[in-house]
Amino acid sequence: MTSLFTNLFDGVAYGMLLFVLSCGLAVTLGLMNFVNLAHGSFAMAGGYVCAILVNQSGWPFFAALPLAFVASALIGMVLERSLYRHLYNRSHLDQVLFSIGLVFMSVAAVDYIMGSSRIFIKLPAALEGQIDFFGVGIGRYRLMIIVICALLTAALQLVLARTRFGSRLRAAVDDPRAAGGLGINVPQVFAFTFAFGCGLAGLGGALSAEILGLDPYFPLKFMIYFLIVVTVGGSSSITGPFLASLLLGIGDVAGKYYVPKLGPFVIYTIMIVILIWRPNGLFGRTAAR
Amino acid sequence: MNAPADVGYHAMQHARWRWSEIAFWLLALSCAFLFPSRYLIMTEIVRLALFALSLDLILGYAGIVSLGHAAFFGVGAYSAGLLALHGIVTEPVMALVAAGLIAGALGFLTSFLVIRGVDLTRLMVTLGIALLLEALAERFSDITGGTDGLQGIEMQPILGLFAFDMFGKVGFFYSLIVLFLLFLLARRIVHSPFGLSLRAIRNNPLRAAAIGIPVNRRVIAIYTVAAFYAGIAGALFTQTTALASLDVFSFERSADLLLVLVIGGTGYLYGGLIGAVVFRMLQEFFSNLTPQYWQFWIGLVLVVIVLVGRQRLHRWALWAPNLVVRQFSGRKAIIAVSEGDAP
Repeated sequence: MTSLFTNLFDGVAYGMLLFVLSCGLAVTLGLMNFVNLAHGSFAMAGGYVCAILVNQSGWPFFAALPLAFVASALIGMVLERSLYRHLYNRSHLDQVLFSIGLVFMSVAAVDYIMGSSRIFIKLPAALEGQIDFFGVGIGRYRLMIIVICALLTAALQLVLARTRFGSRLRAAVDDPRAAGGLGINVPQVFAFTFAFGCGLAGLGGALSAEILGLDPYFPLKFMIYFLIVVTVGGSSSITGPFLASLLLGIGDVAGKYYVPKLGPFVIYTIMIVILIWRPNGLFGRTAAR
Repeated sequence: MNAPADVGYHAMQHARWRWSEIAFWLLALSCAFLFPSRYLIMTEIVRLALFALSLDLILGYAGIVSLGHAAFFGVGAYSAGLLALHGIVTEPVMALVAAGLIAGALGFLTSFLVIRGVDLTRLMVTLGIALLLEALAERFSDITGGTDGLQGIEMQPILGLFAFDMFGKVGFFYSLIVLFLLFLLARRIVHSPFGLSLRAIRNNPLRAAAIGIPVNRRVIAIYTVAAFYAGIAGALFTQTTALASLDVFSFERSADLLLVLVIGGTGYLYGGLIGAVVFRMLQEFFSNLTPQYWQFWIGLVLVVIVLVGRQRLHRWALWAPNLVVRQFSGRKAIIAVSEGDAP
């Protein structure tokens, strides 16, 4: 019984992490209709920035996390302004090729600079070990992830639903031409959103080094997970990807614990079945735009 | 002349063999005698060309972007390996056809998943199928050998006459002949009314359906054929290297394949062939430059190609050959246009 709760807890932490990693992609792929397979590269960048700061420069972990966000967001901003924006109107094939190229480059570049072995980030002592909560062992690190990610999700939801920027973004996504006509600077909104999504991915990458493992092949290994979250979750709101990541996280952890022989097989099958059943995602709009 | 006859006339004109095509194949054949020490790498190019040809059939002619074409390559590779290993079909040509048919059957079954949904769903489904097969191959390691791959495959002589030699000479000629025969078949397919209807589907599925083309059935048919081709390419891989390992399913293989086709250009069949040669040479060049990090440069090539624009790049590449042809033949003959890039 306790193992069930521990698994559930781990699954939720994993799912929350996946959500932070991939909600930027939900915006680029779901809302801006840009197939960005290189999203994991931004996450990896954040993870490595955090690792360098903590391990080599001796920064405290919690101070390095925001910098991981900023670094990834900056890289995202620069790439968006210089490269990505030329490709918004191109075919999906072009976008796929371009972003695969970026993935290959980032993998080789990180391999060259940092070496190909897995990197660990030194955690503060307060985050190690478990708390005993009514007989259920709860990892401190995972608890922290859940707290951070839940706060972020709530903040994101508030920003999207309540602020002026949120309504601008929603307008720009629904109909870029009409939004432009109303005086909204659509490219700027997109650029800012893209950078913010990359920053979140970077933060997720820094947080995930402990759980998912951080090596140069990170973008390739987890690409399918990010894509699953977005395609299964649909793109109409932030709730869809959130629920999808939770499902994926819990499903993956439970699958690995209860049927370890089947491995990732379960996840892929579920994904294909869901996509066949509802091509626009579980929580997506029924009509394709 | 009435309209159907007119279309037929133009299609026939289009399907005629051109001098440049004959020259291309003569050149390919002459490579065999010019570089007798490079059989292994040339076999690799031929295999890659066949694989790219298979993707061109669905990408260039039917407009399906697949991120998981390695699935069929892998199935073909493992089928050929298992058939030879357990002595079920020992004769290589028969095994080749059998492996192709198995991959084709899988292609037929999965095509029903592919026709559902649009671009993005297709990408995900094709990628998902390849990953699924990779996970399966890893899981059933008692059959596939797991991460070690299939080992100890011994190939019998082709048709009972030509034994594979260690320099890869027989393997090369075998692969080249298979490529040529399948190319002839593909050429026949794409120039047939069936091929024309595929192009109509690629350009506008809605309009194609409106003039009475059964879109889904055509897509299923070409997807199955492409899977058959990919299966044969995979089987060739196993037969010429006597090896089948998990990486036949890998995402990198599918991604590299897209690059091959993009270098060569889609939608005129030779794209995959030319692309395979250029890609392999690039790979060779980059791995001489930086042995471990050649992927970086391959990625850079991809990014640059996309940013410059595929169409523009092909126009530049065709400029010189077209100039030569015009000088000699004196009329406005265009040796090759990549039709796949037409809007």
